[in-house]
Amino acid sequence: MNRLPLLIRMAWRNLWRHPPRTLLILFAFVLGVWSIVVLAAYGRGALEQQIERSIDNLTAHVQIHATGYRDDPVIDHRLPPPGPALRTALAQADVTAWAARVRVPAVVASERESAGIVLVGIEPARERGLSFIAEAVHAGRYLDADDDPGLLLGRKLAERLETGLGRRVVVMSQDANNQIADRGFRVVGIFDGSPEAMETGYVFIGRATAQQMLKLGDSVSELAVLASSRDRLDGLVMRLRAASPESDVQPWTTLEPLLVLAEELSGTILTIWYLIVFTAMSFGLVNTLLMAVFERIREFGLFQALGMPPRLILGMVLAESVILLALALTVGNLLAGATLLSLKGGIDLSAFAEGLEMFGFSPIIYPMITAADFVTANVLVFVLGVVACLYPAWRAARYAPVQAITRI
Amino acid sequence: METTVVCRGVSKIYRQDTVAVPALTDIDLEIPKLDFVCLSGPSGSGKSTLLNLIGGLDAPTAGEIEVDGQRVDKMEKGALADLRLRKIGFVFQAYNLIPVLTARENVEFVMQLQGVGAEERTRKARKILKEVGIEELENRRPGELSGGQQQRVAVARAIVSEPSLVLADEPTANLDSKTAENLMQLLRHMNREHGVTFVFSTHDKLVMEFSRRLITLRDGRIVDDVRRD
Ligand SMILES: Nc1ncnc2c1ncn2[C@@H]1O[C@H](COP(=O)(O)OP(=O)(O)OP(=O)(O)O)[C@@H](O)[C@H]1O
Ligand SMILES: [Mg+2]
Repeated sequence: MNRLPLLIRMAWRNLWRHPPRTLLILFAFVLGVWSIVVLAAYGRGALEQQIERSIDNLTAHVQIHATGYRDDPVIDHRLPPPGPALRTALAQADVTAWAARVRVPAVVASERESAGIVLVGIEPARERGLSFIAEAVHAGRYLDADDDPGLLLGRKLAERLETGLGRRVVVMSQDANNQIADRGFRVVGIFDGSPEAMETGYVFIGRATAQQMLKLGDSVSELAVLASSRDRLDGLVMRLRAASPESDVQPWTTLEPLLVLAEELSGTILTIWYLIVFTAMSFGLVNTLLMAVFERIREFGLFQALGMPPRLILGMVLAESVILLALALTVGNLLAGATLLSLKGGIDLSAFAEGLEMFGFSPIIYPMITAADFVTANVLVFVLGVVACLYPAWRAARYAPVQAITRI
Repeated sequence: METTVVCRGVSKIYRQDTVAVPALTDIDLEIPKLDFVCLSGPSGSGKSTLLNLIGGLDAPTAGEIEVDGQRVDKMEKGALADLRLRKIGFVFQAYNLIPVLTARENVEFVMQLQGVGAEERTRKARKILKEVGIEELENRRPGELSGGQQQRVAVARAIVSEPSLVLADEPTANLDSKTAENLMQLLRHMNREHGVTFVFSTHDKLVMEFSRRLITLRDGRIVDDVRRD
């Protein structure tokens, strides 16, 4: 249509008939777009970190247990070591790491204090890259082998037990024969964890050591599997279920329902924020446009007298808001991009973060913008903006020409 | 003889709240092609109303109106817009021009709506602006032109796509008498050279002198209709 350039040219010039007014509304929209994009990035970043941390904190992407273990994680619910079928299923390209663990409730005691904990028997080499523990030891050493006789204690728990590196502790639990099993360990490493519950709630020893202590033979409590991506795990889960039909194969979304809830909740919060910001902005936009339309009633009458079809008049007023929105989105996105780039190192909330950390939020949040969030924010502002402007545009196109012209 | 405008029994009653204001009563009128007609009469006699009805900007309460053989009173909005775009040019008393467009863009505007190509548009606009004596000012916006210059641009725009009919409602009302005379000479020139029918209204005796036919309205009725050529 060869009228489009005409409409755009007129719309553009109309916008700049009152530069302060246009700049003001532009500024409001830029601010709105900026806040939406930046907030989305921080919300997404915080959530992402929380999920990744939880996956890191032993959840992994998929876990395999004996049926019943998830309801009652005791020693009676145990798995045989992975057979050839399961090993083949785990050897495919979409699995980046997996390991077997013994995981039972236990009590750890020093000469002064004792604490209820989860005793985790790990395969130190396989656990590298699968969970946080290999990188978390800040004093002493990590475990060397599956039958390492040493024990890793969280820093906070060590303080609570008034013990430390090189000292001995006793671990007590129930063995496979429902007898009390206890054994003394030397603390060979102290680890950090976040949230704090990781330090106070978990104690790590070698898998073979644990099996021996608990008379498990070669059975284990769980297999943890890390996939190449945490999304689209359906195929992997199906395959593992087929390879291990007697066991309970579950993705992280089932294992950590609270995370999924948090993901949904943060989506809802963002949407509400979008709508609040957007409503405030659109009032300004509609008001400005209505003002501009009322001032120009005579002009719209003239357009009709000249034979300009009402839909073109509508198109012209819409073009004004489209240009305004496009400008605001461009500038707002650029500013948001610059802001996020300059804060790429993360924003440190530790001043108010004590509460946050308890819930598994990191005090340092790294903003993260996903294509979907970005597109949603932009499309939302654009589409709703145009919809909001339909009314002023329709008003402009609807004036009866005579009344419009005779009004001076 | 070919007629451009025919009115048969045209009445217009405005309703203001509960009061009915008769603006035109039972108007019968034929305007042949190439005529140069002046509507005169006191204020409130219905000159503007008649011009607006002929141009399809408003609908009559009763009666029939034809422009170029088409029934204006029966047309839908879209068809009316198209009729105005292709067959009728308007010149109003003031504020005729689109403020954000330059003089030449204003003249090109109608052609652009008609879908005339850019080159032809510019050529025609330049030619007509030269004819109305504004060629040097073609890049000025209306705000930078005097009242007389603005009216000349409006005439240029009304005439540029050679409509059948130009309706001008008191085109000289805001001009001094010298400028008004020049504008009327321009209209007459356009009437002769471009073969366009003109109907204009005025209060001004001097302007009436230019007409070839003088119609006088009073209280919404035609009380006099004289040929002057
Ligand atoms: N929109 C309207 N609503 C109500 N009455 C109207 C309207 N427009 C015109 N009238 C009335 O119709 C009558 C004719 O008005 P019109 O404007 O046609 O007169 P006119 O001859 O053009 O007057 P003038 O010389 O002052 O321009 C007047 O009584 C006027 O008050
Ligand atoms: Mg009038």
